[in-house]
Parts: sequence; C-alpha cells; structure tokens
Amino acid sequence: MSDYLDEMDHIADESDPTVGDLEIQNFTINFGPQHPAAHGVLRMVMELDGEVVERVDPHVGLLHRGTEKLIEHKTYLQALPYFDRLDYCSPLAMEHSYVLAIEKLLDLEVPLRGQYLRVLFAELTRICNHMLNIGAHVMDVGAMTPNIWVFEIREQCMGFFERASGARMHSAWFRPGGVHQDVPLKLLTDIADWLDEFPKLFDDAMSLVVGNRIFKQRNVDIATVSQDDAIRWGFSGPVLRGSGVAWDLRKSQPYDVYDRMDFEVPVGTKGDCYDRFMVRVEEVRQSARIMRQCLNEMPEGPVASTDRKIVPPKRAEMKQSMEALIHHFKLYTEGFHVPAGEVYVATESPKGEFGVYLVSDGTNKPYRCKIRPTAFSHLQAMDFMTKGHMLPDATAILGAIDVVFGECDR
Amino acid sequence: MAHSAPIISSNSGVAAKLGKAIGAALIDTVEAYGEISFTVERKKLATVLEKLRDKHEYQQLMEIAGVDYPDRAERFEVCYHLLSLTKNHRIRVKVTTDEDNAVPSVTHIWEVAGWLEREVFDMYGVLFDGNTDLRRILTDYGFQGHPFRKDFPLTGYVEMRYSEEDKRVIYEPVKLAQDFRSFDFMSPWEGADYILPGDEKVGGEAPPPTPKTTDDKKDTGAGAKADKEAAKPSKRKKAAAKKPAPKRTKSGTQKKGEGK
Repeated sequence: MSDYLDEMDHIADESDPTVGDLEIQNFTINFGPQHPAAHGVLRMVMELDGEVVERVDPHVGLLHRGTEKLIEHKTYLQALPYFDRLDYCSPLAMEHSYVLAIEKLLDLEVPLRGQYLRVLFAELTRICNHMLNIGAHVMDVGAMTPNIWVFEIREQCMGFFERASGARMHSAWFRPGGVHQDVPLKLLTDIADWLDEFPKLFDDAMSLVVGNRIFKQRNVDIATVSQDDAIRWGFSGPVLRGSGVAWDLRKSQPYDVYDRMDFEVPVGTKGDCYDRFMVRVEEVRQSARIMRQCLNEMPEGPVASTDRKIVPPKRAEMKQSMEALIHHFKLYTEGFHVPAGEVYVATESPKGEFGVYLVSDGTNKPYRCKIRPTAFSHLQAMDFMTKGHMLPDATAILGAIDVVFGECDR
Repeated sequence: MAHSAPIISSNSGVAAKLGKAIGAALIDTVEAYGEISFTVERKKLATVLEKLRDKHEYQQLMEIAGVDYPDRAERFEVCYHLLSLTKNHRIRVKVTTDEDNAVPSVTHIWEVAGWLEREVFDMYGVLFDGNTDLRRILTDYGFQGHPFRKDFPLTGYVEMRYSEEDKRVIYEPVKLAQDFRSFDFMSPWEGADYILPGDEKVGGEAPPPTPKTTDDKKDTGAGAKADKEAAKPSKRKKAAAKKPAPKRTKSGTQKKGEGK
C-alpha cells in the first residue's frame, strides 16, 4: 500500500526502483530514407521532445553515384549527360554551368541565337522545376489539388523539351559552343501561345493556396532565417532571396543574354517558408516574362559555334565534305582538348547557385570537375532551421528548400 | 573575351590589394581566365579567410573543393571559393596538404564549411583540425578508402547485393564481367605518354636487348656443323644464274610499242 502511495506522490527510492516512468526521455526517430515527404532518399535522425524537434542529423549520400569521378574518366562531351542526372527536375540548368565552364576555358563564342535559345530553355526549365517544387510543397503541408493542376503545366514543359531535344528530361541539349539542334519555328510559336495560356491555370492553382488559412498556418513564421544567417550558411537562390537578400546571378553576374533581359528579382521580407514559397511563385511569372522577350528578340543564325575543332558538323554536311567527316570522327572519339587551367562557373539554377569547378590539364578529359550542389548547404542548415519546431514542420521546411537528391549526393 | 560565362566585377588591382592584405601567408597568386587564385600557407588559412570575410567583404563561402595531384610532394589541394555579395566578385583561396597534415577548419567562420569539409575528408581523406563532426558524408556506412583519390579505381573494390540465402545485403570483392576498358583516343603524335609498338626503334627508347654471351665454344655456333653449312653453294647465286634480271630503263619497265 505504501508503494502505491509513493507512486502517487512520485516518490521513488532504492527499495522500489521504477521502470523509468517518472523520467521522460527524448524520442529518436528516423525520418526516411523512404518517406514520401523526404523528396527522395534522405534519412534524418530526429531527436524529439514530444512533438518538438530538438536535433536533426540529416544523412545524405544515399544516392551518391560518384558522378565527379566518372566525369574524370570521360571526354568533355561524354561527361555532359551526367549533368542531366544531377538535378533531374531541372536538367538544362545543370548543363548550363558545365557548358559555360568549358566555353570559358576555351574562350569560345556562342552565336547569339544559341545564347537566346539557351536562356529561353533555361527559363522553361525554371518554370518546370518550380511547378514540381510548388506542387510538392503544398502537398507536403496537406493540399492535394494544386499539385495536380501544376503538374499539368509541368507536363506541357516536358512536351516542349521533347520537341526541342527528343528527350523529356535528360535532354543533353546544351553543348559546348551552343545547343545541339535548332528548334522548329512551330515550337517557338507554340511556346509563345502557351506563355499566354499557362499563367491562367497557374494563377488558379495559386489562388487556392497563397491566401489559404491552413497553408499560411503551416508556413508563415516557420524556419525564419535572417539575412546574416542565410549568408553564413551558404544559402543561394530562392532560399537566400526569401531571407531578403536581393541576389540573383542572372542579374548580378549575367551570362549568355541575361544582360539583355528585363526582369525583376523577387525577395522575401521575413525569411520563412512562406516567403521562400512566394519567391518561387513570383519567379515563375518573371521567367515567363524573360521567355517572351527571348521569343521576341531571337535572331536568325547558327545555334552553335562554327568552330569545327569544338562543335561537330551536322550529319548532312558529313555526306558532302570529307573534312566534316574527319572532324565528326575525331570529335566523337578523341573529343576536343581544353587548355590547362581552372575555372569556377556558377549559374542561377532554379534551386540556387549551381557551380562547376573545372580543372583541366590540357587533355581531352577533365582533370577534376567539382560540382557545387545547391541543396547541400541548404540541407546542412536543416538542424538550425528545424530546431524548436514541430515534427510536421520539418516537411514544410524540407519542401521550401527544394531539395533533389540527384544533385545533393551527386 | 568571347565566351558568355558569368561576368563578375573587374579584377584590376584586386590581386595586388588582397595579396597585400594576406601578407606573409601568401605563397602564390595566379590570375587566369579572369579568376584570381591565392595559394596561402596552410597554418594561417583560418586567419586569412577571416580577414577576407571581415575586412574585404567576401561574405560567402560557396564551395570547398579537393583536388588530388599524386605527383606533388603535398598531393592534395583544397580550394575555397569565396563570393562577395557586395562587391560582386569571386576569388579562390588554396592550400596544399597531404594525408597526415590537417588543414585548419573554418567552421567557426562559416557554418556551411562543416559539411563541405566533411565531403573533402570523405572523398580525399584530408583532415580538418577543429571540425568537431568529421564523419563520412556521401559514401556508404562503413565505407573504406577515399574514392576520389586518383589512385582509387573507378570501379571501387567492393560490390553490394542482396543475398537471398543470408536475407541481407552483403558486400563482395568487385567482379567485372568484362575487363574495365579505358579507351585512349589521344593522338599518338600529340604528346601521348606511351610508345606505340614499333615506335621504340625510332627514338632509341627501346630497352637494350639481352647481350649474347659466348662463354663456351658451343655458344658461338661454330663447329663442324656450321662449317658444312657454310661450304654449300649459295642458293641465291643459282637462281640469279638461271634467270637474268629484267632490264630497267630510267622511266621504269618498257611497254610495247614505246621507246623506239
């Protein structure tokens, strides 16, 4: 009986040790590696105090394929398709950094039409990527319908990629010196029509979430990151802009014909998940604006450099010219040689600064190709951002940093 | 400048100014392809980077890249890519190291360095002094070796599969169904570092043939058998005697009806 009374009063002594009911312990759980909200193969070891997250230890690398090592064993052109497989949600943006790095080492000029086509399709990629991320983000916090609607837009983007390159996702369409093939005029007019059409569906879908009470409850004031923190944690892209830093590489360090484009850089005010989301929503509209300018201004002309020591000739030319045949053979076996040196080229991928540090030793293969993924630094800050929030907020935070593991793990 | 890669602010005077700021720790400055790289002393790396961040507005550390040069005395190069958001400029700071000497960690300057250093450690085995969480990051749990070193084979050493008998994932030494093929498409006349079969005769690069020793009389090949062979009349002389060689003129063999 006295034991019973002791227990009522929470008194434990050595004569009757408890089984630990009086001491509350933190709970450690595995989030992933197979979790629908983990956006791929992410394992997070979470320490929970009730439902409040105390510590997050993300384990990445489950999709590590050694891309950088593989690239060292391929010629410059053979290495290009590996970039499609990094961030498979925005493949052309990945290629963009790589081809620009090669062109910088070669000091190779790209014809204007090639540059316009690259910018046009880089922006189409941005829309395509944001459609996936926006849809996934709203689904992570519980909304179903907008995801299905914006996936339709994404599907239309995929159709355009297919018409330009033959592949829906892994295009390998940007090549050192330009793009692989010119696009038919009908494709450009269809894109122009689509640019007038898709914002309606997009605005409809966004009207369901941006002012929605539940969506705001799940995102506003979640994982607030100050400007200084965002800079020290190496953030870039929409996550950095969400924290109020007006930094966009397309604007500040323009490449291709971005310096001719007129567009705005949206920034957030509070640096929470809602701001990151809204930055992406506005970026979609700005991308459409850039694409319209590209279509209006695009000149006629070659789409790739005519330097036959770098860019292989077209098949039709090979039927007529012996020299073209030799060039074709040499470029697809030995490949071109790149002068020795090292460059770091970063472009504004839909997810942030995607950089390629290319070291060449003068041969036909890269000596080292370090890929700077965007998600790596964002995911590292997961512990810092999630601490003190509830477990379900972790999915909202993860959705708002837009992580794709092909790129993060390489 | 013909390429259309990202344009940063002008480099003019930056290398000299920052070189002065780095001071005695500076080993080398390279300006190429419109990018500036500083090689600094390993021990002073943290102070140099802190100075660059606080005094020279390079606020962001974008990337830490390891590079392996097995021929060098200190084989690893660790490259820090800094970005200035206010000056719109990028620089690169490098240190060299080897397997044993640790690079000072910069996690106290930039939090982002934590994982970036872990990655360099995982891939190259470079140690970082002061990084409290230097675990492997990209490779598998329990992985051995540092895969991005140049002496690590592309195929790796082990392969993994699910074993139906053991009901778990097992690791085995890697077995290649066909030999690993590394095609070499380099032009042999453009500085390939191998000798094509037959080429050794030209450059005198060929190893000397094993010298013939004639310690014994039988090694010389001389003797009764050789004498008998030598005494035979030459076959070639016989053939020459049978058939006279065709007459040749200056313009080659004559054709019918020509040359009259």
